[in-house]
Amino acid sequence: MTLDSKIPPGPIDKKWEHAKAHYKLVNPANKRKYDVIVVGAGLAGAAAAASMAELGYNVQCFVYHDSPRRAHSIAAQGGINAAKNYQNDGDSIYRLFYDTVKGGDYRSREENVYRLAQLSVNIIDQAVAQGVPFAREYGGTLENRSFGGVQVSRTFYARGQTGQQLLLGAFQALERQIALGRVKMYPRHEMLDVVLVDGQAKGIVTRNLVTGTITSYAADAVVLATGGYANVFYLSTNAKASNATAIWRAYRRGAYFANPCYTQIHPTCIPQSGDFQSKLTLMSESLRNDGRIWVPKVAGDARRPDQIPEAERDYYLERKYPSFGNLAPRDIASRGAKEVCDEGRGVGPGGRGVYLDFADAIKRLGRSVIEERYGNLFDMYADITAENPYETPMRIYPAPHYTMGGLWVDYNLMSTIPGLYVGGEANFSDHGANRLGASALMQGLADGYFVLPVTVGDYLAGQLGKKVSADRAEFKQTQAEVEQRIGKLVGAKGKRSVDSFHKELGNIMWERCGMARTAEGLKSAIADIRTLREQYWRDVRVLGTDAEPNQALERAGRVADFFDLGELMCIDALAREESAGGHFRVEHQTGEGEAKRNDDDFLYVSAWQFKGDNAAPELHKEPLVYEEVKLATRSYK
Amino acid sequence: MDLTLQVWRQASRTADGKFVTYEAKGISPDASFLEMLDVVNEELTERNEQPIHFEHDCREGICGSCGMMINGVAHGPIGGTATCQLHMRHFKDGDNIRVEPWRARAFPIIKDLIVDRSPLDQIIQAGGYISVNTGSAIEANTLLIPKAIQERSMDAAECIQCGACVAQCPNGAAQLFTSAKVSHLGLLPQGQPERYDRVIRMVEVMEEHFGSCTMYGECEAVCPKEISIDFIARMNRDYLAAKFKNRKAEANG
Repeated sequence: MTLDSKIPPGPIDKKWEHAKAHYKLVNPANKRKYDVIVVGAGLAGAAAAASMAELGYNVQCFVYHDSPRRAHSIAAQGGINAAKNYQNDGDSIYRLFYDTVKGGDYRSREENVYRLAQLSVNIIDQAVAQGVPFAREYGGTLENRSFGGVQVSRTFYARGQTGQQLLLGAFQALERQIALGRVKMYPRHEMLDVVLVDGQAKGIVTRNLVTGTITSYAADAVVLATGGYANVFYLSTNAKASNATAIWRAYRRGAYFANPCYTQIHPTCIPQSGDFQSKLTLMSESLRNDGRIWVPKVAGDARRPDQIPEAERDYYLERKYPSFGNLAPRDIASRGAKEVCDEGRGVGPGGRGVYLDFADAIKRLGRSVIEERYGNLFDMYADITAENPYETPMRIYPAPHYTMGGLWVDYNLMSTIPGLYVGGEANFSDHGANRLGASALMQGLADGYFVLPVTVGDYLAGQLGKKVSADRAEFKQTQAEVEQRIGKLVGAKGKRSVDSFHKELGNIMWERCGMARTAEGLKSAIADIRTLREQYWRDVRVLGTDAEPNQALERAGRVADFFDLGELMCIDALAREESAGGHFRVEHQTGEGEAKRNDDDFLYVSAWQFKGDNAAPELHKEPLVYEEVKLATRSYK
Repeated sequence: MDLTLQVWRQASRTADGKFVTYEAKGISPDASFLEMLDVVNEELTERNEQPIHFEHDCREGICGSCGMMINGVAHGPIGGTATCQLHMRHFKDGDNIRVEPWRARAFPIIKDLIVDRSPLDQIIQAGGYISVNTGSAIEANTLLIPKAIQERSMDAAECIQCGACVAQCPNGAAQLFTSAKVSHLGLLPQGQPERYDRVIRMVEVMEEHFGSCTMYGECEAVCPKEISIDFIARMNRDYLAAKFKNRKAEANG
């Protein structure tokens, strides 16, 4: 199968307009005859479900939480980008587009990114209309701040809780449609498979997390907005339940998985403090606006930070990247931290940390300004570490945070399974090999509010009279497979807990498929994952039954999928013989230790096709064509 | 540190529940309360006993999933924090800790420490939104909002819908939760067209499910986002005003 990305014709700034003018429409009176399933209710899912319901479609929305408002979009702190140019600092749609392509290290699809930049301005309008309380200037206009990887101020924010406020906007729009009867909400339901009829996505199989009942639901189209897979590393900034099962099950049914090895390790997280650690906490990148990152110049310097004089500190990002300094993109800032820690200059327990110091900013702006900007982040840091960041520098270290890879989608966000759409972090489309800060919220909402409602409509227009019922054999077959798998997990009756396996897998992934990867390490990781997975299915211990709330069983299914996905990540990382963005192959670096791309051989999207449990996945390539942006070595110096 | 826990165990909504005693040994003071329960759960699994079920997700104090009564106090002894952000350094070696699910008639137990908080979503469905369809928004900066109003609105909008206010209230009232949403939207110019309808509809659904507010003020004391009880007064004012407006409208036919 050749990958058709369905890029509309015309100049780049007219493509989306052209596409919208040519999509097929559904007669308003017919819209209520169509059922659309939306899985997930984060920014992309809630926005898509609400917007499609507003158009008149019957929407069924499934989440594993007790309420759609719990999705992990809620935890995004720093902000959302938009090319409003309210600051008159030279911003434009083109510049946001350019920054995003460059930030992604020239591994994203130009046309998608351009559309994202165009839609960014509509998102802010929509959010404000919904009552999102973005920060304001004294004159009442909207305020902006800067973020990593760019030199304009285009980030809109609501204290350190921008994701929360944007999600509440989408959630409230969704709740309104639930009240109107346009959306049927299924909380505490986990999607465990997608059902294909004649090659098209026609429904899903879910488990009710209270009763354990397995049920099939049919629809005319299915939208997955189920987030990313950074929890493959066990310790990440993702929520504990964040998982890849929905997209992984779709992959096994024929949706290609694109660029699985592109993972983002976020530079500013609170370092791990012990074996009991269950997750890592992000400190918003916005802190890098005013905080300065440093380590002692000499390895093994055990003095307290206030005892180390200025001349004996190495502000390594400012030194290496004078023009961007502490605002270098995430992949570069993370590798910088790893490098100095590997040299023995790390600080804090275990030497895995660097200082993020606000002393200069407090001196310059006063404590109250810093408090207003970052108060809740400082409080959170103090809660977790019992240290006061107003007085002593924060300690930070990189942690897995976001996954740029995801299911392959065309310009319309449809996967390689007709009728199966993928939005938000779950797809691969916009961030290339590295995502810039404040772009995830933008992408989730662009997909959900503005892209999916029209592109799904285009597909539905051709589905009139093709409704299927969940009584069909295809549903029964898929449901039987789901039940069998659950039976296997409950029936294993082994000796080791799910978490103990997950930690071991996470460790393999972090050490060998994390911030720096080598061919040798990846090969051994693949072998070790296979051995561990085999042991898992034999020796995992899931107590209780499948007919009750059973959190160990929920986790067991997700971890089983993480094993397979982790293996594919390593396979992809091994095949990509270059460094690009978050994918850093030690064999491919410049003399200065920067990522060295190979545009001659790797200017493509890797899209993997599932070929069976005991067969190697097949690689398909979508060539990346750059017409607007000239390929260049990314420089933030 | 070593602790003794008494944890409420209940297999299902209809099953009988009871306190069961567990020893939590060798807990790091840097661990969060939920990480302490993780350690206990790993030991239970080891001993072939079903782990304690509790709801949790982001573990950053923002998703609102977690919450339990810790020695009778919602989210535990430290104010302004959710259970996931409560760290064991706030307890002493050898402490006895009693852990219960949210106490509220409106929140039936699903299993162990997990309760059903869906009535809170129903309050939002009654009117906790601004009716604006995707695509019909005006240019964002045509609407000027004084900084002080935006800040006040944000103070209310920070609510994480965890339900601690209800669980701590002797009456099981949801006034703090409801008033936070009424105020978040009612303070903003965008929220004015539906302001008075909204408060009536939300209060009516709230009263169907929850107890009455008699101003104990315990909700404010346990709120992880320290949402002010002043918002309840504001909601009551809006509600009264709305009722008078309705009377006037009805009298005029």
